[in-house]
Amino acid sequence: MSKINNRSKNIGEFIPQSDDDLIICRCEEISKGEIRRAVHEGMFTMTEMRRYLRTGMGLCQGQTCGKLVKNIIAREQGISPLELEAAGSRAPMRPIEMKILGNEKRIGE
Amino acid sequence: MGNSVDVVIIGSGIIGNATAYYLAKKGCSVLVLEKSHSIGDGGSSRNGGGVRQSGRDKRELPLAMYGIKNLWPTLSEELDMDVEYYQEGNLRLGKTDAHLKVLENLTINATQCGLDVKMITGEEARQICPYLTDEVMGASWCPTDGHANPMLATLAYYRKARQMGVTFITGEDVVEIKKIKGKARQVITTNNSYEGETIILAAGYESRKIAATMGIDIPMNKALLEVLVTEAQPPMFYQMLGTAAADFYGHQSKHGSFVFGGSSGYEAFNKDDGTPTTSSITASCICRGIMKYFPILADAKIVRTWAGWMDVCADQVPVISFVEEVPGLILACAFSGHGFGIAPTVGKLLSEMVSDGRPSLDLSAFHYGRFKAKI
Repeated sequence: MSKINNRSKNIGEFIPQSDDDLIICRCEEISKGEIRRAVHEGMFTMTEMRRYLRTGMGLCQGQTCGKLVKNIIAREQGISPLELEAAGSRAPMRPIEMKILGNEKRIGE
Repeated sequence: MGNSVDVVIIGSGIIGNATAYYLAKKGCSVLVLEKSHSIGDGGSSRNGGGVRQSGRDKRELPLAMYGIKNLWPTLSEELDMDVEYYQEGNLRLGKTDAHLKVLENLTINATQCGLDVKMITGEEARQICPYLTDEVMGASWCPTDGHANPMLATLAYYRKARQMGVTFITGEDVVEIKKIKGKARQVITTNNSYEGETIILAAGYESRKIAATMGIDIPMNKALLEVLVTEAQPPMFYQMLGTAAADFYGHQSKHGSFVFGGSSGYEAFNKDDGTPTTSSITASCICRGIMKYFPILADAKIVRTWAGWMDVCADQVPVISFVEEVPGLILACAFSGHGFGIAPTVGKLLSEMVSDGRPSLDLSAFHYGRFKAKI
């Protein structure tokens, strides 16, 4: 896996596609076209895309769309999805209400 | 060799990216080297987003005030991208007499520095932010403070600088700076070498070992901070919040989620596996802190937590400095967890240090040579 990534490399022009309106990240309602365009604006990794467009930042935390987003980012750069690192997984595994997360007890307490 | 530019910047955090942008505007050729796969993956994407003057060290205050007056209000326009800057004030809350005492002292100090900060009553605080519990007895209030989205601001500088011809290379781990003819010029990475007339070292804590290759040591430690994020809530308030007891700090983002930082008291002992890692007890602790002030948020769901490293300087303010014994090298590191709010100002000043040989604001308090042994 080549790690060095020159952000000025030529990936060609953004060319509109007929299914650009397709919603990819359902939680945050982000379309394929928005993701493809963001790649041309320099967002080359899953992590950057997450911070730039909020893909995978909603209630499911990318468990639904992660793979799709990765494939789109890779294809737009003409690389294999295997070259892209997955975005980090963050606790908690599922959304938890503040009153529950804040009420943890150890055995015996 | 074809790898020579006017300025090589080490680190693509908001300091490096902002500097790259202001340098590109002046017509310089700039190369930014980043160790991580992703742009701005250190403290720039892992902070509370505060664009504050209150609570700041008075040495940093002129930088903060300059940015809030001259740069932040038009930043989104300038970078053609919304950085979600809100200037809705900062409330620091108190619930006991002891808290109020702390806040009064902070207020007196801030006022002496010429900042518009005042004490307000609990009632007045609730008029500004109606969701506060009745237990809040008073607060300090700085109406010109605010917050922005640190991830977007960092990427906005990157995006604009890249459009203007700045080269960014990620995955380039800088291992050494080398002198040529008595001047810092060559930047060696694990795979390549690059040359610049000037080298700016803005790599957070990692700056320390890189500076060491030039014989320079900056006394700083790596300290962990932890933050939690809620699911999107309806728009409620846009003040920046903190408490006298430091239970938590944070704000509601434009997207609707609340971003709250805090601590469990065990941060210094967190596991260090090379990446900043949250502990299992901190988010719960932050939740309890928040609910003491905002019972209304008890049902808000936490969707994620994250951690980041701060490069905390021995005296809690950054090093922004030429290095007398190493011509060609400029240090910009050790921002101590409050670099984000002053980043636009610092980027502009660093670009002036390159183009004019001196910054337009006095940076002598941030000189690298200020650290002296106690006896």
